[in-house]
Amino acid sequence: MIARRAVLLAAPALLLSGCKVFDRLPRDGALRNTFEAANGLSYRAQRLLGGGRSMAPEYARADVTQPMRPNGTVDPPDADYQALRAGGFADWRLTVSGLVERPLSLSLAELRAMPARTQITRLDCVEGWSVIAEWTGVQLRRVLDLARPTAEARFVVFRCMDTREVGLAGAVKYWESHDLVDATHPQTILAWGLNGEDLPVANGAPLRLRVERALGYKMAKYLGGIELVATLDGPGSYWAERGYDWYAGI
Amino acid sequence: MSSTGARGPLVYRQRLLTRVTHWAWAVSLFFLLLSGLQIFMAYPELSLGRQSGFAYDNSVLEIGARQGPDGALVGVTDLFGWEIATTGLLGASGGEARAFPSWATIPSYRDLATGRVVHFFFAWALFFTLLLWVVASLLNGHLRELIPTGRDLRALPGDVLDHARLRFHHARRYNVLQKLSYAGVLFVLFPLIFLTGLSMSPSLNATAPWLLDVFGGRQTARTIHFLVMVLLVLFFVVHVLMIVLAGPLNELRSIVTGWYRIDPEGDAPDDPREAQP
Repeated sequence: MIARRAVLLAAPALLLSGCKVFDRLPRDGALRNTFEAANGLSYRAQRLLGGGRSMAPEYARADVTQPMRPNGTVDPPDADYQALRAGGFADWRLTVSGLVERPLSLSLAELRAMPARTQITRLDCVEGWSVIAEWTGVQLRRVLDLARPTAEARFVVFRCMDTREVGLAGAVKYWESHDLVDATHPQTILAWGLNGEDLPVANGAPLRLRVERALGYKMAKYLGGIELVATLDGPGSYWAERGYDWYAGI
Repeated sequence: MSSTGARGPLVYRQRLLTRVTHWAWAVSLFFLLLSGLQIFMAYPELSLGRQSGFAYDNSVLEIGARQGPDGALVGVTDLFGWEIATTGLLGASGGEARAFPSWATIPSYRDLATGRVVHFFFAWALFFTLLLWVVASLLNGHLRELIPTGRDLRALPGDVLDHARLRFHHARRYNVLQKLSYAGVLFVLFPLIFLTGLSMSPSLNATAPWLLDVFGGRQTARTIHFLVMVLLVLFFVVHVLMIVLAGPLNELRSIVTGWYRIDPEGDAPDDPREAQP
């Protein structure tokens, strides 16, 4: 009873003092970790409801009403990337490594020669906006089938070529990871085409990931390497290291 | 506001579960609102349809800032193409371009990641509270107390008039305006804000694509989510106003301890419970 009265008295005081009192949610703090536990609940609930193979809505050609809005890195500052770009990505390779029986190094031409999937889907940015576009690429599971992940492999890590910031430990490049359920989903593609044309640099050329049941930041651009691992180092992605939900299904 | 000045009896009006769930969702909604405004700041625009128009304009609300003639930031809110200067509140506040002022968001500074963490934590808190409330209220009969009866509806014009004249009756049971507003929040606004929130999830779009069709696309769902928030804030303002006008100590006591002092004459003479001492 006393506690409840205290809440009653404290609530207006909190309102009056502004919301700076709620600013103390440092990363890895006890309160932050408690709140973040709800992300795990969301992940399990979404997997329980959707299962592994629920399909994201696909739209009609008429729904592509505007160019795809690029976000995040739109022109990687990296010299090695710019050199590959100058050569039309002829020297670019996608490496597949880690817990695989057969490590791969695939050229863009080889990836484009594989069976392609075209899908008109909606990208939802974590910021709140959505844009519908047509994406063409090879299903990730076809590439994984070639590399043959070992039984220990649980996650697929995506290494990107774009440097996001330069810290004390050197350049920090974008990276992302997915579990095998999303990695082997039929709509998960390594896209090289956008709206009927080659993938533009602003949207992640030469190759980017599309994972249709997740928010935009899960779809890594400027792919350089794929690595199969048993466990994730830390939070598991560039944005997860910065406080964003790793699964990002909502 | 009893005219007689006599004190009626104290009655036990609110069950423990009703009181606990009331405060649990009051706290949850407080955090959901302020973290929701933080999330909205990342893209302070509402539009209709499946996608956001960047090559065309399908927005209904846009909160932005621009440089004024003297170099100072001017907050501008564009509602259906109607521009309103809202400096200090919307668009620009504290010398910063931000949709909502720092006192209205959690955290006070721009931090989408933390806003989302707080929002989804309290979304789950609200969900479990409502689940507990629905199950318990079905079992203990509280749910029925919120459904207006035929007699309630016939009393509606008179009740509206009484409220307009600030003549409040303190009865054992909710009056018809209370029933309608509480039922509206619990059975219409809460389900709507949950379903529109879930409609924004790309994962749940795959599970239940029909939900997007019900609301007319993800961006329309986002707009409805925002609109329901505004209605809930409006409800809150009226709710608190009514408490203040109807006797704040008695009203607060009933939702804290459960005990409520009713008017001496009683509200419904033919209610068998009224006959008890």
